Amino acid sequence: MTDRNLPLILGDTTLILAQRLAAWCGKGPTLEEDMATTNTALDLLGQARLWLSLAAERAGKGQSEDDLAFHRDADEFRNFLLVEQPNGTYADTITRQYLFDAWHVLYLDMISKHEDAARAEIAAKAVKEVRYHRRRSRDLFVRLGDGTPYSHQLMQAALDNLWPFSGELFSLDAASKALHPLWLDNVAADCRDASLAMPPAQAWMQSGGITGRHSEHLGYILAEMQVLPRNFVGAKW
Amino acid sequence: MSSIENPAASQYLKPIWDILKTIPDPEIPVVSVVEMGMVRGVGYNAASDETEITITPTYSGCPAMAVIKENIRTALAGHGVHQIKITTKLAPAWTTDWLSTDTKQKLRDYGISPPPNSDSAAHAAIACPQCGSEATEMISRVAASPCQALYRCRACLEPFPHFKCH
Repeated sequence: MTDRNLPLILGDTTLILAQRLAAWCGKGPTLEEDMATTNTALDLLGQARLWLSLAAERAGKGQSEDDLAFHRDADEFRNFLLVEQPNGTYADTITRQYLFDAWHVLYLDMISKHEDAARAEIAAKAVKEVRYHRRRSRDLFVRLGDGTPYSHQLMQAALDNLWPFSGELFSLDAASKALHPLWLDNVAADCRDASLAMPPAQAWMQSGGITGRHSEHLGYILAEMQVLPRNFVGAKW
Repeated sequence: MSSIENPAASQYLKPIWDILKTIPDPEIPVVSVVEMGMVRGVGYNAASDETEITITPTYSGCPAMAVIKENIRTALAGHGVHQIKITTKLAPAWTTDWLSTDTKQKLRDYGISPPPNSDSAAHAAIACPQCGSEATEMISRVAASPCQALYRCRACLEPFPHFKCH
């Protein structure tokens, strides 16, 4: 079940994170950060289009990527709960991005060798972009964690708040579960560099996103993202 | 503009490539879409009487792809080629290693420091395209487009875009 839904899970996850990041456009803490965040959103949106096109094609109902993006409700979305968490402060956004990127690289690397050629091609394309995302978010994770007392405090709070959403990333299947120890090792090393206390690996983890049980945040994201195509069905510009 | 006739002739594909080489990259107009490595193949399908162009995106979210397809259609139509099929192909994934030495020099002349080869990228010095100094530092990992980072030259103090190795 999860395996068949994989293009949809990855498509919804990259789409929702792109939508979240795009909300920083014009509001970033510096011009450079504003552009870096929105360009990351652009990469993820491009990946979302590839995954959702594949999901639509495989579903065989004659739907397009846009039908999936704009004409489904929250309970039909299959994104991870992590990416729908609010932007909050820049510490929250960077921590969310770092935890996600650290998983995304490992996972795409793995499925770039998948026997399904269409999946493997999208993953091989996307992982080149995502490696760069990880380099950037890891840099900022360390700099802000190991920065001023105030930035450290915000980063630690962000890490503690987002941690329960990290477990779902490894709940797709046995192969994704097998990546968890490596991810934990990588995050532990980066937390040390960032002077941050990593929450316990065995902490209670929230789940539900990939089966359509979402936090209250997703409905608001969709309301904003879908309002135009829903009000003017078939609109082109 | 001269029309291209007899598409079934064996020498047909060369003028098609020549036309494609005149289409600038929408973001960096000093290099063509062919020099950027985005055109992966040109063919002619006699059964459908279509000229088939295969392109690949640089970055997944590259907003220029739609413009590039349109520009290819317009440029070929200007030479009488109207039956065109454009296919997007993802694999092998686009890499800056496909940019030739000449193309990299064009980028440098335009003020963009070109990408190093991927096998030496980790140690490659990023030289300032204005003064050539290698005393440079990164300002931001991402600049005006996903393919560029922003650097600063410590010798001439000018900021400059660097085309990332990808």
